[in-house]
Amino acid sequence: MKSVIFAGVGGQGVILAGKILMQVAMNAGYDVKESEVHGMAQRGGSVDCHVCFGEKVYSPLIEKGKADYVIALELLEAMRKLEYLSTNGTLIVNNFKVNPAPVEAGLAKYPDDIESWLCSNVGKCHVVDTAKVLKEAGSNKAVNIVMVGILSNFLEFDQKAWEEAIRQSVKEKFLDMNIKAFNLGRKIPLS
Amino acid sequence: MQKKVMLGNEAIARGAYEAGCHVAAAYPGTPSTEILETIAAEYRNIKAQWSPNEKVALEVVAGASVAGARAMAAMKHVGLNVAADPLFTFSYTGANGGFVIINADDPGAWSSQNEQDNRHYARAAKVPMIEPTSPEESRQYTKLAFELSEQYDRPVIVRITTRIAHSQGVVTLEEPTKVDLKPFIRDPQKYVMIPAHARPRHIFIEGQMIKLKEYSNNCDLNTIEWNSTKRGIITNGVAYQYVKDVCPDASILKIGVAWPLPDAKIHEFCRKIEELYIVEELDPFIEEHVKTLGYKPIGKEIIPLCGELTPEIIDMAINKKMPKNEIPLYSGNIPGRPPALCKGCPHGFVFEVLKKLDVVVNGDIGCYTLAVLPPYSAMHSQGCMGASIGMHSGFEKARGDEMARNSVAVIGDSTFVHSGITPLIDLVYNKGTGTVIILDNRVTAMTGHQDHPATGKTLTGEDTHELDLELLCKAVGVKRVRKLDPKNMDEFEKAVKEEIAAKEPSVIISLRKCILKK
Repeated sequence: MKSVIFAGVGGQGVILAGKILMQVAMNAGYDVKESEVHGMAQRGGSVDCHVCFGEKVYSPLIEKGKADYVIALELLEAMRKLEYLSTNGTLIVNNFKVNPAPVEAGLAKYPDDIESWLCSNVGKCHVVDTAKVLKEAGSNKAVNIVMVGILSNFLEFDQKAWEEAIRQSVKEKFLDMNIKAFNLGRKIPLS
Repeated sequence: MQKKVMLGNEAIARGAYEAGCHVAAAYPGTPSTEILETIAAEYRNIKAQWSPNEKVALEVVAGASVAGARAMAAMKHVGLNVAADPLFTFSYTGANGGFVIINADDPGAWSSQNEQDNRHYARAAKVPMIEPTSPEESRQYTKLAFELSEQYDRPVIVRITTRIAHSQGVVTLEEPTKVDLKPFIRDPQKYVMIPAHARPRHIFIEGQMIKLKEYSNNCDLNTIEWNSTKRGIITNGVAYQYVKDVCPDASILKIGVAWPLPDAKIHEFCRKIEELYIVEELDPFIEEHVKTLGYKPIGKEIIPLCGELTPEIIDMAINKKMPKNEIPLYSGNIPGRPPALCKGCPHGFVFEVLKKLDVVVNGDIGCYTLAVLPPYSAMHSQGCMGASIGMHSGFEKARGDEMARNSVAVIGDSTFVHSGITPLIDLVYNKGTGTVIILDNRVTAMTGHQDHPATGKTLTGEDTHELDLELLCKAVGVKRVRKLDPKNMDEFEKAVKEEIAAKEPSVIISLRKCILKK
């Protein structure tokens, strides 16, 4: 069984990223389960989505310390999900900051050492800069798909399978942009 | 057979469709909202509607059932409190067409004001309750609920929790069954609950519950999965899935019928087990029952009573092992992301004014409850749908004119229609002089933008009569009713000052559409 946590901030498309992974895994014949939280989290809060696939999946929630991958679309959100990562797990984190309300209000400080801390404390850590490819893809909203593109290098499904899963998961009019974003993400060189 | 990845809530909608459901009604409420939204979007042959509140939704569904249709109401846990009155008596009148209630509990209070465990309602109202553990079972059990309802002449509750409602899994799609309306037979002894009819119906339903206990003992919703008998775990709902992962060697009694519980199967299981555990979220509902059967399980001593369960909580409680990785702890501070009102939210203007005026604010249920937090910190009471206005009256009764001149009630448009009208009548009737601000953003925003009677649109997007809140307030006897845009904050502040100073009831309709509404 493989387990992946996507983490980000409301509006970044974390749940769609999870949906694409579920779709590609289901198309390959795996059992899949996912868990997400609606409601309060959408009001600028943290959003996460747990996805597990394998021959048979029971829990839709990943146990702490057991996730094979944590894919964070924002730096602080990577920190919040670290306890879920397994010791040999892989962290892929977008080098991007969204200030929480208390930081905006001057009541808290956004830590400035997250990137370096992660690189020196997490065994398999890849910090990526998606800004350039997002510009090339033509939409900042595609950060979720770019991150799925990066993740795709680590999983067994081929490019065609991913593109089919994206086709099944996004609206027709955004399809080309999303496929482009996926492939740009897939080609980002990793540290 | 076709398979599809679905949310638990989508799978419930699918189950209703496959069961040939004719009518569905609900009031939106996280985590149940997507059930009716899915029906309206995907299964257009079902007559689906938003009702003003859960009580009305349940009554519409009861009526449809008596009239011979298969009908389903969906609501969150606290919604069943609102609908408890019809539940308890429609339990007596029972079903004609299949009568199903979907109840979504919210352990962890992800988006709710409490963590109540609604299994107690099944026992109290003498209604069978079944509990799926996955999206696929959500589809199957919803379908089954219609059958059970007709077979045993009972409303049937399907209880889910947030992690069932909002988790996805592979669902098998089956063809819908074509179900005709059952004949409607005028049968006042069954459908009109005067005391003389209620007494024999009570005896009848107690008999039905005995038959249902027999069903519970023999059906495959309650299953024993034998493994090592050294350790046995009785579990239900999503906790079953966690137990499967963290205790793979234990024997399991999976409870799919939450009420009535399967005594014979519990005996069969417990007799053979050396070390017996009960893993259930929230209250010790199964645990207390198992204890009455003479067993001594380990339950709430180690499984938390409060909050949502997770695999690691169960792992720690039963296996005494702390699941963690070897990544060191970060010593700095990770600032949280408390939910906040959106930038440009109309409620923000209102609460900036109320904060400045430093008045007591009796609040209600909706996005605007976030005004209790910084930067506004401008809410001082809140409890349930509609409570703002009733509590506002109570504040005035307790502390008199001085309180009324320094306080307001705030309530959203959808919440006002749900439960705010009767307390406003009370305020006028009992000679209150308070001010109510209706935060009219033209939508049920908190649950993800649903229509309601004052938006002029139905669940399926059709135009309908638009409830006029201004006329309504005047009709109940409020003479001072004003409507204004809160973005003009100076004018709004002036209006609030004038209305709270007036020694008669007043309503300010703060009209500005939700910033997220197109």
